[in-house]
Amino acid sequence: MINAGGELLDQEALNQEASRELEALVAAQEATQGTADATGAETDDAPHTVQSMIERIGVIEALIFVAEEPLSAKTIAEILKEDRDGVGQAIGELVKEFNGRNGGLQLREVAGGWQFATRPEYHEHVRAFLRTRPSAKLTLASLETLAVIAYRQPVTVPEILEIRGVQSPSAIKTLLDKKLIVAKGRKETVGRPMMYGTSKEFLMQFGLKDLSELPSIEDFEDLAGGSA
Amino acid sequence: MDDTPEATMERTEQSGTTIDVSGATPEIVPDNLTDDLKIVLGEFEGPLDLLLHLIRQEQVSIYDIPVAQITDQYLRYLQAMQEMDIAVAGDFLVMAATLIELKTKMLLPRDPLATQIEDEDPRLDLVNQLLEYQKYKAAAQMLWSRATVEQAVFKRAELETDKNNPEVAVGLFDLLKVFQDILARHKEEVLLEIEREEISMAEMLERLRNMVLSTGELNLRVFFERARTRRELVLAFLSVLELVRTTEIKLLQRKTFGDIIACVAN
Repeated sequence: MINAGGELLDQEALNQEASRELEALVAAQEATQGTADATGAETDDAPHTVQSMIERIGVIEALIFVAEEPLSAKTIAEILKEDRDGVGQAIGELVKEFNGRNGGLQLREVAGGWQFATRPEYHEHVRAFLRTRPSAKLTLASLETLAVIAYRQPVTVPEILEIRGVQSPSAIKTLLDKKLIVAKGRKETVGRPMMYGTSKEFLMQFGLKDLSELPSIEDFEDLAGGSA
Repeated sequence: MDDTPEATMERTEQSGTTIDVSGATPEIVPDNLTDDLKIVLGEFEGPLDLLLHLIRQEQVSIYDIPVAQITDQYLRYLQAMQEMDIAVAGDFLVMAATLIELKTKMLLPRDPLATQIEDEDPRLDLVNQLLEYQKYKAAAQMLWSRATVEQAVFKRAELETDKNNPEVAVGLFDLLKVFQDILARHKEEVLLEIEREEISMAEMLERLRNMVLSTGELNLRVFFERARTRRELVLAFLSVLELVRTTEIKLLQRKTFGDIIACVAN
């Protein structure tokens, strides 16, 4: 994925050539050996049941690692064919053990699932390696609109206007395009306006377990009013 | 006084390119010596935002807004925006109207006959709106800092299987297995051979080519099953091998032991 420089293309061509050569050799070999071992290769696909807590923790760690998105305890329980409580306990052990190491990685809960991620304090080095920069942030208008939607969902455009005192269709469009919010159907009131709420992507991009992790809106009262 | 309009413009352009959400410090400072306004244009998200800023700048209480003073400042700001050819959004004008209305109400003597309820502070609605907005403005800052931290957190890179990549290479034995399956099924079927129909290798190649091209994707099971004799089946098998060899088609297997699909190679 990360290319190390201009040599890459030549290397790839060379590899392909070698691979073709090897394939021919393998095919020739297999042909002489006959089909005997080909049919015997079929094995039972179902994994064996987990025997011990140590194994359970290990399997869970592996599953979380390969999962593309945060992996929920429910999904893990389904794969292991075990009950949620046992799996939850094993996850708890794993989190304690893994995060107790205080290494470069953390095991964290995001958007209702578990995920491995780097610790933010090492971002400079990670960025230097990946050659990335922090991408464009949302504008203040978008963030304000997002805040209103997050705290008042499901909320309609006129309701957002009432709080912000300014029209925000383009901000809402941006948020929708970035999949941070989703349309939640129409409100049964005059004009049947569309209602909006936050998405799973919102939780993921803001590193939230769930919506309850957001500080209460009333907490901002003192904070905001402090200077007035 | 050294704040010529040109200098002001320059400064606003500079600050306009990089709008830092948390560090945005818009300023409108009336110069008391002259009648000029010194403007460092920040990004106001709306009339409420601007009002809050003016209240803070004038160091007045949000619960006891000196309407005349704030309205004055507010209108001067709008005027400055217009002078600088910045389109003033309608929402700003609506607020201006509201402020002027409030200012008028405040100037009117109180109706001595009015009941207690009617006598409430005309500023109350605006104050509540400002207080409410202020909370969400702070919440937006919170989201901003959360997103910043989150951007410093990296998830693992994609594994090869993450991409929709069904092109698990089909091995010779997978192909052979399909062939054997079909062969076995053929044995079970009682066939009545009425007429011997000969099909050549060339014809079989053409048939395969056509079937793949017409459908785009061809399940090899379907193709093999069309063969009615053992000979035809052998030819069918050979034609698949041939077209793969000449890279006219490629074979995909979407899951282990799943059906093998032939499709046009690029």
